[in-house]
Amino acid sequence: MTATENTDVLVIGSGFGGAIAAYHLAAGGARVTVLERGPWLAADEFDHDFRLGSSSTRVFEFVVGDGMSVLSGNCVGGGSVVYFAAMPRAPRFVFERQGSLGRRMWPASMNRDTLDPWYDRVAEALPISPPQWDEATYAGGLWAAACHAAGHTANPLPAAIDNALCTNCNWMMSGCHFDAKRSLLLNYLPAALAHGARIRPLHEVQQISRTDSGDYRVHYNQIDEADYRVVTGSGTIDAKIVVVAAGAAATPVILQRSEAVLGPMPHGVGRYFSGNGERLNTAVLDEDKVRDLLGLSRAQGAGYAANQIGRGPTVATWDYLDGSRPEFERYSLEQLYFPPGLGTILAQVPDATGPAWFGAQKKQMLERWQSWLTIFTMSEDDNEGVFGPPPATGNSDRISQQMLGLGTIGYRPTANTRRGWDLSDASVREILERDGLSRVMPWTNDVVGAYTVHPLASCRTGDDPATSALDDRHELRGHPGIFVTDGSAVPGALTVNPAFTIAALAERAVPGIMAALRERGVDVSYGAPAPDGGTSARRATDRIAARLMR
Amino acid sequence: MQLDSQAPQKPRTATLEAFADTIVPGEKRFPGDRAIAGAAPGGGAVAAGAIALLEMPEGGMEPMLDDLSAALDAHALRYRAEHGLGTDEGAPAFVTLASADRVALVEELTRPGHPEKVMWTGLALFCNMAFDTGAHLHTTDALAAGHVGLAAIGYRAPDTDGLWRFPDYSYGRPLARVHPDTDPSGSLA
Repeated sequence: MTATENTDVLVIGSGFGGAIAAYHLAAGGARVTVLERGPWLAADEFDHDFRLGSSSTRVFEFVVGDGMSVLSGNCVGGGSVVYFAAMPRAPRFVFERQGSLGRRMWPASMNRDTLDPWYDRVAEALPISPPQWDEATYAGGLWAAACHAAGHTANPLPAAIDNALCTNCNWMMSGCHFDAKRSLLLNYLPAALAHGARIRPLHEVQQISRTDSGDYRVHYNQIDEADYRVVTGSGTIDAKIVVVAAGAAATPVILQRSEAVLGPMPHGVGRYFSGNGERLNTAVLDEDKVRDLLGLSRAQGAGYAANQIGRGPTVATWDYLDGSRPEFERYSLEQLYFPPGLGTILAQVPDATGPAWFGAQKKQMLERWQSWLTIFTMSEDDNEGVFGPPPATGNSDRISQQMLGLGTIGYRPTANTRRGWDLSDASVREILERDGLSRVMPWTNDVVGAYTVHPLASCRTGDDPATSALDDRHELRGHPGIFVTDGSAVPGALTVNPAFTIAALAERAVPGIMAALRERGVDVSYGAPAPDGGTSARRATDRIAARLMR
Repeated sequence: MQLDSQAPQKPRTATLEAFADTIVPGEKRFPGDRAIAGAAPGGGAVAAGAIALLEMPEGGMEPMLDDLSAALDAHALRYRAEHGLGTDEGAPAFVTLASADRVALVEELTRPGHPEKVMWTGLALFCNMAFDTGAHLHTTDALAAGHVGLAAIGYRAPDTDGLWRFPDYSYGRPLARVHPDTDPSGSLA
């Protein structure tokens, strides 16, 4: 007979939301167990390989929904293992957004000023490298030069990357073989383990129920390490507190599936999903004009021809992130790289006379791939995503052994969202088609719908119970002791890469979780330093934390 | 180039090849090659290994291929009838379509709102992936073997240890003014 295990805190997911909570709670004296549905890989297992079954599919999820496809991490470390590590803070105006609510979406207690001390903690913990022009890749430099020629500013990006270790291999989405990317595998997670936290990979949570004593019981399946469609076992763990951080494409699904036993979920669970207003354009550069118009040349004489070289995004223009512009008309335009496959299939042929995303003309476009420049729009969408009924397990019906599945998100972009995309497409064209520098086309939304690498808001915080699933301490309304700390808690699109904001919110949520543990008789204390022992950012948050624990 | 005479071709293969060749077209492999329409020079998705990728257990598509192939041929028969193309029993129905008709039918099947769209876009994604990445092979092996798609996109080879490094990666100088509201952390203030 197997006895149900128990722990003080059960954390679902090991990305930013889960790892940060796990570290602080373990360091504070709680017994912490982390269930992660993906595998646990180290640097030497992160392959440079497109073959199905390599780390590129082991650690990555591609969930195709109805009108929206979500790309995300699926491994210990979550999104931090597969992301590009660009770490801008959200602009001030983002916190004042109303969306289509007609009133502020964010809780009154959250704005850029109140979040800055928590950003500082994350910056110290990872840490984040300051932006430098001599670290901008060829693609980033090209984008900067094109912006400059068109009268725009452009910024090199702060990033959680150790530039001395980075080889600019552009395999970041398969995990970093060189430990140059400062994923959670290098900071919060090892620190959590050092404080006694347990991390169990290949454990996929099915649902949460209640025990007779009023604790929560988390039901999980164990997943085969190669074929994620195969369940190899199951079990339960009881916990006083549950932190749900499975990612914005999975957290609401677990809560939906739990509704039958936990009771009604807040209206905001599985609604208000945001794809961060994401959109991609691909330009095919005229190499002669790169040299002649922008004065750029590489050592070997090429102007650019360096699409393959780099480390994701390194430069963005933030000229359209102007708080005085109307809502839904603000966006960043960031140079980006996607590997072939994910990064080529949806690109469309400029001036196509037949199909734009497949066929003979697309093949000709592919032959110029090294001269492609991909520009990433992050805009203000309308939180229009809604999750359908949950699948039998996980957050999708898996097709492939790894990576590919059919999910339940429905997304019909509103006129507001489409306006932002149209304006951003026009901005990209204005910059990159100037004087014939390139031809530009947006990726098609007709194949897999819209798409996002930054799912948000599907279980969001807010002050209004009618439109937010969580209170401003990230506690699930009507279900005390369940906290949500991942990207699903972010109220809406951020117009920049969201990892830093998700992490800062997770840091901010920890004191409230500590308080809930204490209420349940667990002797914990808040105040751990950064995972490497650094304390420079802790001073500023100590007083705020004390308030959040009241 | 000879067809592999060792492995008898499955009945579905010609249809799937014709579909893959519609997604990324290539040149005919031999005189009288009907599956490949010959709509583009060089190898296309078929030469890149689309059928091998579709049949890999990892991809999860293999159990569906017989049905997909039959459904595609049924659509092709309907298409022939709708367009007054007569009958041609010399090959599976989709294979009998001319290149432009294959394109038109695939556009119809993958258009938003088509009830089978997910099936056909899914099949297309694997064909694209075969050409753009050679995902049925280890990438170092694919490059060493001259994989037609990776060669077409100009994908550069790794170092001798099979890992990619680009020590030359930056123009190395400021190329724009930064936003005037940039704070010391590098974000907008």
